[in-house]
This record gives sequence, structure tokens and C-alpha cells, in this order.
Amino acid sequence: MDLELSPRYVEFRDEIQTWLHENRPTEPFSSMDSADGFEQHRVWERTLFEGGWSVPAWPKAYGGRDCDLTEWLIYEEEYWLSGVPGRVSANGVSLLAPTIFNFGTKAQQDYFLPRMASGEQIWAQGWSEPEAGSDLAAVKTTAVRDGDDYVVNGQKTWCSRGKYADWIFCIVRTDPTAQRHAGLSYLLVPADAPGMTRRTIRRLDGESGFAEVFFDDCRVSADHVLGEPGQGWAVAMAAAGSERGLSLRSPGRFMAAAERLRLLAAELSETADGLDARLRDEVVDAWIRAEAYRWQTYFVAAELMAGGDLGSEASLMKVFWSEMDLELHATALRLLGDEAEVHSDWLGGYVFSLGGPIYAGTNEIQRNIIAERVLGLPRR
Amino acid sequence: MHFSFSEEHDMFRDTVREVFAGECSAEAIRASWESDDGRVAGLWATLAEVGVLATMAPTEMGGLGMDEVASVRLLEEAGYAGVPEPLMEHMAVAVPALAAARASQLLDPALSGQSTVTLALASGGPNVVAAASADLVIAEHAGSLLAVDSQAVTVEPRDSIDESRRLFEIRFDPGAAEPLVGADLALAADRAALGTAAQCVGVARRLLDTTVEYVTERRQFGKPVGTYQAVKHRLADVRLGIEFSAPLVYRAAWTVAHCDDALLRGRDVSMAKAMASDAVDRACRAALQCHGAIGYTFEYDLQIWLKRGWSLSGAYGDARQHRDRVAAALGLLR
Repeated sequence: MDLELSPRYVEFRDEIQTWLHENRPTEPFSSMDSADGFEQHRVWERTLFEGGWSVPAWPKAYGGRDCDLTEWLIYEEEYWLSGVPGRVSANGVSLLAPTIFNFGTKAQQDYFLPRMASGEQIWAQGWSEPEAGSDLAAVKTTAVRDGDDYVVNGQKTWCSRGKYADWIFCIVRTDPTAQRHAGLSYLLVPADAPGMTRRTIRRLDGESGFAEVFFDDCRVSADHVLGEPGQGWAVAMAAAGSERGLSLRSPGRFMAAAERLRLLAAELSETADGLDARLRDEVVDAWIRAEAYRWQTYFVAAELMAGGDLGSEASLMKVFWSEMDLELHATALRLLGDEAEVHSDWLGGYVFSLGGPIYAGTNEIQRNIIAERVLGLPRR
Repeated sequence: MHFSFSEEHDMFRDTVREVFAGECSAEAIRASWESDDGRVAGLWATLAEVGVLATMAPTEMGGLGMDEVASVRLLEEAGYAGVPEPLMEHMAVAVPALAAARASQLLDPALSGQSTVTLALASGGPNVVAAASADLVIAEHAGSLLAVDSQAVTVEPRDSIDESRRLFEIRFDPGAAEPLVGADLALAADRAALGTAAQCVGVARRLLDTTVEYVTERRQFGKPVGTYQAVKHRLADVRLGIEFSAPLVYRAAWTVAHCDDALLRGRDVSMAKAMASDAVDRACRAALQCHGAIGYTFEYDLQIWLKRGWSLSGAYGDARQHRDRVAAALGLLR
């Protein structure tokens, strides 16, 4: 065990710190779910790419720098601490890319990965449907083979970035006779495919957030199936592991939020009223949890680097970070008191954090997975 | 950056796990409750033999020359096994304190298992574990540490709910005790809190394993009670508490072993103890509830770990006290 950063990692940290400092946008961006904000964020993706920092963990051939997990965690810590804009490419980079690396053909990898890295193609997720939320295997959207194409019919919903994304990665039913997990395929659909319409769904706070996507005899090339046709469930679940685990929410984001919370509390402790002891306790608890998530991640990362597998334990991480994030922001609002209901970054963060226990598989589903696959409790 | 245990650490842990499995069964623990000294017959000698008692003494003084990273792993096992001995006090705090003070005459019998040493630190409260059966007490007095021979100590029993923790209020004449010059009081207190946190994690793991086994076997309405989501989710929460407190304990162990900054050391130890105390509290509640009435009996062995969880959760500072210490380190409390 050695918890010091070796000189190589210290150098790496300095390099990304310096780059972020020198390249950070001067003006705040609009929401990435607005038309303007989406394009601002796309430009930022391009800037990151040109600096070599959009996908540092990827191989050099696809625009990365072959970072190991420790470097990637350091990168994430510095990224979020620096306060630069969020990643409009996150769905693609953290969810789809691992799947393309695992299941994609060489042609698919060569086509999609560089474009994803540069921000030229920004991806949305098309998994959920009105009747298929937690029960994802109930998807009804069909894709029927017709010559070199699939003809897609159905509806996807809650697609983050769905309104402006360039491509959507979907789970569709290619074998209508098969039940549930069988007969599904993982299909990559360009947003300009004829027969696709997209409608914005406004989020809880009234901002445009996700989209619903309708397919009406939408033709998609059969070359865009990822993995074997009919194996969509297995392909998707490999990505779900990365979504819940390391790649979607690295500790850096929460460490940065916990530090901002500490500063907010420190400011209040200087006022005449001082800092309420109970609120102080909550602030410290949030800070400790962010550290716990950080060290648990480094512990897991060491196992992964030694050839281990994340598997169902990713569900532990997803429940932990999502509930920690929610508590952290709820504490911030309690600190703000009467000002809490007025729009602010903290309020925005709170509303965002409310989604955490719902998306990427609800925490109820995750707790079932923990109980059944980690603890080994009986299913029935 | 390499956050994992070495093969040597793993092997030592496995050895100790086997010792406890063989010599510290629930029956052995119950037998210790009936004995005069409250100790498990023969266990101390075995722990000396396999080197556990000497883990934290330097090699040139007859020890194994290992540090907190090794000891927390062993103490986690002690918690898992429900070991009633004052092992943490002796092995993780007293031995390195005696070594730092170069008190060889006191250290040698502590390493060989001829003596048992317990602790009386202010941070541990007024009740001293195993004071009547110990040969030596390392006691806090006026900001430093003293070694007090048990002959010079008068003890007043305090009745703990945990039969494995024989508690005593003690009195002694500090003037007649031996000052442990070179031993650091704050470091001793941090080691005690860290060692307790490690035990808490072990106790929580045992409670979870026992409960998972029980709810898998126990059937109601024609199926195992462990099939119900209300039970599943509660036990998933216990696993979450363990999953995220154990790395903080290991990290704090590394900090104590490698960091000279007392503020950072205290902060890391307190983060670990706060999380571990919360984790074991949660495990105790869930374990009892998921067992139902059988868990509420004296006869059923679950009580061994429930009571250890309750006592260790508060020992050397409860979660709230340790969060206050973190608050001070973060500049939120003056």
C-alpha cells in the first residue's frame, strides 16, 4: 500500500491543472440542454480534444492518451475542482464508448470513436420507453430487417441530450417472437434518419431537459448494430456496469461539491448567527462521504488494475454517490435557509441531484442487485 | 498510488482468521464469560505465538516491525470473531507506546504474551477494559503516558452489557508510576480510535454475514424472508456502510503509519471512526430487526456481535464526536 502520488502522477496532475487554468472559458455557458448551450458545450469538447484532454483514458489512436485508472481519477478530480463546464459528451464517452470498445467492429470503432472524442458526434441514450423504465427488458420499439437496413418503429423517452444530440444509442426488439431479454439488439441511430421526430420534455425545474424520440418507419443501416443482433441485452448491461460504476460519476465531482459546501459553511460560521451545530455535522458528514467515495474508488481501481472485475459492485457505487450527492445539496439548501428557494447554483445542483437515485437504474433496482448478486439473497 | 494490501498482509490476515475460527468460537466466548478473568483459555498464548501481539514492535526489539496497515486488518478479523481479549489496546496501542519509550522490561513480556496490557486514555472514557486481568495499564496522566503496574491499581467493576468487556474504573498513584518518555499521547489516542474503527468494520461484516444466512434459511409465508425487498434493501444498506467505511479505515491506517502531521492524522482517523461507527450501528439495527424475536434472546449468538457493535461504536469517540474533530480540521469549529 502506498497512498503517495509518485512523481509521474504529480507531474500529470500539474499538467492537467495548468491546462485547465489556461483554457477555461471566461464566460459561463448556457444550459447544455438549450440550443445555444449545446453548441457552446460542443465547442468546449473540441477545445478539450485539441488539448488532448477529452478522452484521456482512451488509446492514443482514438484521441486519448492511454491514461491508467489512477491518472484518469486524478484528471477527474482536477477537472471538477477547476469549475470548468460539464461534459455534453458524457453519455457517449462514459456509456457508449466502453461498449464500442468491447463489442464494436473495427470499422465501427474507427468511425465512431474519433468523432465522439472530438465532439463532432454527440450522443444521447435511447433505452427507456413509456412502458419500460426499471423493467428495461419490456422494451417494445421494434427494428425489422429490410435489405441492408432496419426499419424502426416505436418510442424512446427520458433521453438525456436527446433533443440536440447527433446520434442516439438504442435498445430495440429485432426478434418480435422472442420474449424479454432475448431478441433485443443494440442499434446506433443517426438523428437525421428519416422517420425520427424528437420532442423536448421539460425537467422538474422547467428547463428543457431530456427528450422523447419517436420512430416512424425510420430506416437505419444494419451496419449500425453494435454487437450481435439479438445480443442487445448483454451488450447494454456491459455499459450499465460502467454507467453505475467508475466512468459515469468519478469522485472528483463530489469532492469538488463537498469543498464548495465546506466553503459555504465556513462563510456562515463567520456571521453573527454562526453555524448551527446540527448543520455543521451534516456538512462534515457530506465531506467525509465524498472522501469515502474517493478512497473506495481508489481501492476498487487497484483491484481493476490488478485484473479484477467491477461487476455488480458497481451498484454499491451508484447508490452511494447518488444519495451522497442528494444529501450534500439538501444540506446546502438548509444552510441557505430562506434563500434556498431562490434560483442559484446550489438549487440547480439540488434539482439535478434529485434525478440521481432515479436514472441509470433506480436505487431500488440497485439495492435488489446488491442484495441478490453481492450478498447472495434468494430471488424468490 | 497503490491502494491495496500486500500478499504478506493477506497471508497474515488469513493466519489470524484461522486462529480465531479455531480458538475463538461462540462457545469459547460464552465460556470466557463464566471464567474468572473473562479471557478465552489459551487464545492469548496462540496470538503471541503467531506474532500478532508483536505486530507493531520494531524488529530490533523483538517485534515484526509492521505498522497500522497490518494491524487494522487483524483487528477487523478480531471484530469479526468477537474476540473478548483487550487485543486492540495491547497490540495496536500499548506495544508501540512501550517500544517508543524503549521500555524493554515491560515490552518483552507483552510481546511474548506473558503479560496483558490495557489502556486508560481520557478519549476512551472512565471505564478501562480488562483492568482486573491485565498486568499493566498504560494510563494517560497530565498530557502524557504512564505505565502502571496492576499491583498499584485499585479497580471498581462497572457492569457492561457486553459480557466480553469487563470494565473497571481504576485508581492509582501517578507518582509511583513509570513515565513513558518518548511515547506520544495523541498518537496513542489516534491508534485506539483507528483500532476500534477497524473492529467496528469487522463486527459489521459478521452481523451482515450472520443475518444473510438467517434470512436465507428462515421461511415465512412459504418462502425465505430474504426474498422480501424490505429485508433485501435493509441488508443492502448494511453492505453499503461496510463498503464505504472500510477503505477510510485502511486509508487512515496508512496516514497514521506515514504522516507526521498530527492534524491530518487526526482528521483521517476521525473520518474512519465516524463512518465505521455509523456502519456498525446500522448493521446492529438491521441484524436484530431481520432476525426478529430469536435475535432478541440471550441464547442466540447474535447478541455477542450486537453488544460488541453497540459498545465499540461509542468507544474512543462516537460518530458525532469524531465528526466534530473533522469539523475542527476543516476550519468549521474552533
